[in-house]
Amino acid sequence: MKHYDVIVVGGGHAGCEAAHAATRMGAITALVTMKRDDLGVMSCNPAIGGLGKGHLVREIDALDGVMGRVADLAGIQFRLLNRRKGPAVQGPRAQIDRSLYKAHMRTEMESLPILDLLEGEVAELLFENSKLVGVGLTDNAAIYGKTVVLTTGTFLGGTVHIGDKRYPAGRMGSKSSIRLAAQIRDLFPRMGRLKTGTPPRLDGKTINWEVLESQPGDDVPTYFSFLTNSTSTEQVSCGITHTNGETHDIIRENLDRSAMYGGHIEGTGPRYCPSIEDKVVRFSDKSSHQVFLEPEGLSTDVVYPNGISTSLPEDVQESYVSTLKGLDNVRIIQPGYAIEYDYCDPTTLSRTLEHRDQEGLFLAGQINGTTGYEEAAAQGLVSGLNAAAKALSKDTVTFLRSDSYIGVMLDDLTTRSVTEPYRMFTSRAEFRLRLRADNADQRLTEFGKLAGCVGEARWTVFAEKKSKLDSAKAIMENKTYSSKELEGFGISVKNDGKKRSTFDLLSFPNIEFPDLLEIQPELSSVEFHVREQIERDAMYANYLVRQERDAEALQRDEQRAIPVDMDYESLSGLSGELRSKLVRVRPASLGQAARIEGMTPAALTLILSVLKRSEAERRA
Amino acid sequence: MDTIFALSTAPGKAGVAVIRVSGPEAFRAAEAVCGSLPATHKAALRRFRKRDGTLIDEGIVICFPEGNSFTGENVVEFQTHGSQAVVSLLETELSSISGVRHALAGEFTRRALLNDRLDLTQVEALADLIEAETVAQHSQAIETLSGRLADSVVKWREGLLTAMSLVEAMIDFSDEELPPGMTEDIVRRLAELARTFEREIEGSQVAERVRSGFEIAIIGRPNSGKSTLLNHIAGREAAITSEIAGTTRDVIEVRMDLFGLPVTFLDTAGMRETDDPIEAKGVDLAKQRAERADIRIHLVESSDSGDLRIEDGTAFVGQKRDLASYPGFGLSGVTGEGVSDLLHAIHEYLKNSVNSKGSISNERHRRSLVEAKRCILQAAVHIELGEDYVDLAAEELRRAVHELDAVVGKIGVEDVLGKIFATFCMGK
Ligand SMILES: Cc1cc2nc3c(=O)[nH]c(=O)nc-3n(C[C@H](O)[C@H](O)[C@H](O)COP(=O)(O)OP(=O)(O)OC[C@H]3O[C@@H](n4cnc5c(N)ncnc54)[C@H](O)[C@@H]3O)c2cc1C
Repeated sequence: MKHYDVIVVGGGHAGCEAAHAATRMGAITALVTMKRDDLGVMSCNPAIGGLGKGHLVREIDALDGVMGRVADLAGIQFRLLNRRKGPAVQGPRAQIDRSLYKAHMRTEMESLPILDLLEGEVAELLFENSKLVGVGLTDNAAIYGKTVVLTTGTFLGGTVHIGDKRYPAGRMGSKSSIRLAAQIRDLFPRMGRLKTGTPPRLDGKTINWEVLESQPGDDVPTYFSFLTNSTSTEQVSCGITHTNGETHDIIRENLDRSAMYGGHIEGTGPRYCPSIEDKVVRFSDKSSHQVFLEPEGLSTDVVYPNGISTSLPEDVQESYVSTLKGLDNVRIIQPGYAIEYDYCDPTTLSRTLEHRDQEGLFLAGQINGTTGYEEAAAQGLVSGLNAAAKALSKDTVTFLRSDSYIGVMLDDLTTRSVTEPYRMFTSRAEFRLRLRADNADQRLTEFGKLAGCVGEARWTVFAEKKSKLDSAKAIMENKTYSSKELEGFGISVKNDGKKRSTFDLLSFPNIEFPDLLEIQPELSSVEFHVREQIERDAMYANYLVRQERDAEALQRDEQRAIPVDMDYESLSGLSGELRSKLVRVRPASLGQAARIEGMTPAALTLILSVLKRSEAERRA
Repeated sequence: MDTIFALSTAPGKAGVAVIRVSGPEAFRAAEAVCGSLPATHKAALRRFRKRDGTLIDEGIVICFPEGNSFTGENVVEFQTHGSQAVVSLLETELSSISGVRHALAGEFTRRALLNDRLDLTQVEALADLIEAETVAQHSQAIETLSGRLADSVVKWREGLLTAMSLVEAMIDFSDEELPPGMTEDIVRRLAELARTFEREIEGSQVAERVRSGFEIAIIGRPNSGKSTLLNHIAGREAAITSEIAGTTRDVIEVRMDLFGLPVTFLDTAGMRETDDPIEAKGVDLAKQRAERADIRIHLVESSDSGDLRIEDGTAFVGQKRDLASYPGFGLSGVTGEGVSDLLHAIHEYLKNSVNSKGSISNERHRRSLVEAKRCILQAAVHIELGEDYVDLAAEELRRAVHELDAVVGKIGVEDVLGKIFATFCMGK
């Protein structure tokens, strides 16, 4: 019988990325999912990327993952969000053709020689003498392997709600994962319920597009992958409409029929992605809400109305949707619904996403309390790399808050846990000016190469780009000019006795690359895209020095490791609340401990003194 | 954790000496010394004995239970007669008990901090309280100790976070409908915060003076009676707290308690024209020092004197009243005439400025506020420049929050604490 290094359960965004990453590490991998057709299914909105999320996709790509490349191939409208703002807060986003995404993802996965794609429903984890040895399917087949990655998304104990109707399902049209849920709840006491919702799908042929505002993509698309230069997929526009007083009246009148407001759902939903019921109740002074009408693809008429997710009964959905401008005669193809599912408190996981109480078991994606394809994929990547590393006895692959959004997310999840579905935002990253979408490759590709997950093709492209950047920067930093000399070139800077390089000059808001050519004519050979990248790198130079210092301070605290068996119970002087948080989170370092909510300097000092004492004892 | 003890009153002969014991073994240790213990928070008379039964002293013992004591641990206080022999015998007895040892410098306070009995600002205030010599210093330290600064910081931080969240919304939710006029709202909030910080920073100079003393320079030509005046003040009118050798031989400093306010009189003795370059340099320094002082008393010729008035920190008073009679205000260091009026005027003037002081008195806190204010103003500039620079505005605000966090000790724990505890001496 085949014995796998890594078994991935689930073929969603986390699952695909995990399996792909594991094979890049050289692990013999199986991906088991309910249906082969699951690969690359987007359960909710037909879009990938955005602020924070786009950063994650770039980082996955920098580590040679799949999501960015597949999204580029399936993208039907590309927009760089915050284009007018600084590069650190720009995020690439694209509308995606669902069926193209699935098709390209499937091709991508099927092309991996050491990956087996298996169809089936996993019913249980299999143990031998409490050692995890594989998974058992509902048809009683067993799959054996060294490590298991669970990426079951919204399927664990999933319940769909539409008004007062409810039934078990993993998402519309898929069955819920019930047997596995029962076992997991049994094994791990710290499970909880979360919920999320999706809007009704509309028939685009019945929308009066003529009367609607339209939002086109960017003229020059910004792709996700560092490897994509162009695509041939046709591009489309989205429509924009608004809710109005009439819409809100209907919703208000029927609130008691909403699954959420009728008290049928116990799970917590995301504040930043509220249902239309929520918006009408919580922001009652707002007379209108914007709704984007997003085409779900080139070969379908289905339209996704972004902004009106709901758990009202179908008849109410029918009547309120038709009050929106341009939707008078709209036909609903599939009603909106809410879904409630089990998640696992992520503070039970280590930073590799391995469960602390079950060696060899990794968890990634929605099951960890996150929401979103990108968040799921990024965790999939981390779990895949580490499950492979474990199976192949390689070093773990971990990320820091100061090196990536991936690191920020892992740290947030494993340190603070979640109270609502966790979504990435750029404001979660305190090192935002360093962690840009545009420099994800400069931050991570070399790291990935060392970890063993970056292939030759990508490395060649990156190495060439890097050498061009380096040599251009070398020219620029090679010479410095006094303010007097610069005056001669028509550039006025503060006369503070400082000599500046042309790279330094780029951090001034009014100076751009072409302005430097007069000073250093040899720069005229620098290619356009290299110039652009250098401009972005230089722009924050003054701030980066400061962030660098902060990052170092953080690293110092991060390096002060706290042993996993640290005995918090015996630390007198800790408040009961902090003690239970520390016991729950089991921070791996002093830095992580500091970020636990409600942590006090006093408690940190206490932990630090214990660490120092035990260090001293060890030395003695 | 060890149980620790130390003498908490000043060493040496005194009426009473207090020895404090803190830690899990405090009650057991106390029982070993004095037999049965009274109920917590109740004072009781006990005989303190060595293990062999020999009597050390008779005194008061009070027990404070965990969670309800200065350190947050079990605490016992022995009040003995203030004899060095008694203290040392009792200390020897305590240290012979297993798990009990002499406290390190600042260890009691450190434990109070560890047990969340005090926050960082309060620990610093406690250090000030212990150092306090005057009534004003005392009340300032008490205010901070009661958490006033920490409360203010929490309030400021809230305000800052609100502004910050608006900026972050402009970044992370730019694709959604945001309320109109957000930029103006942010700028208004930032300006208000900057003003608050500015007031605090200004107030902090006064507060710092309350900590370190107001400086009052007595200025006048040689032989205008400056030293006589100072001697008179020092000898009769106010209690000298210390006499500091001048930083240059040209300035004599006398530190005293002026009706509850700490003041330092500067006698700029050598302010005369001179050709000697070294002396000239000294005179220069003295002049600068006088200019920086909070009040300058110019002793002037009788004919130049007017009413007794301190304006912008400067007063002109007639000199040598005992030798001449003139219509304006004058004083004499020889007879003491007018001196008391001058001191009251100084006190009145300083008291008014003390009333305007803010919550911060500590240099570390002041520096953080100055930096936070700078960041806030810079952020406002970025915001006003337009959308393109919100990322930089957000970064400045993050930095400002960081500075406030540093005041209450949320970050840089090791550094800040190390410094603070280094200034503590044992047993406090
Ligand atoms: C109704 C709804 C609304 C949503 N709304 C939003 C939103 O507003 N914003 C947003 O960002 N995200 C939203 N999402 C979430 C988004 O779809 C997920 O975050 C993302 O798909 C999670 O990826 P995943 O890989 O963790 O899980 P999924 O994509 O859910 O994939 C899980 C996979 O595991 C397989 N599987 C499950 N159990 C088993 C088993 N026992 N054996 C074998 N295979 C199994 C399934 O077949 C599936 O392929 C929504 C999802 C739903 C269903």
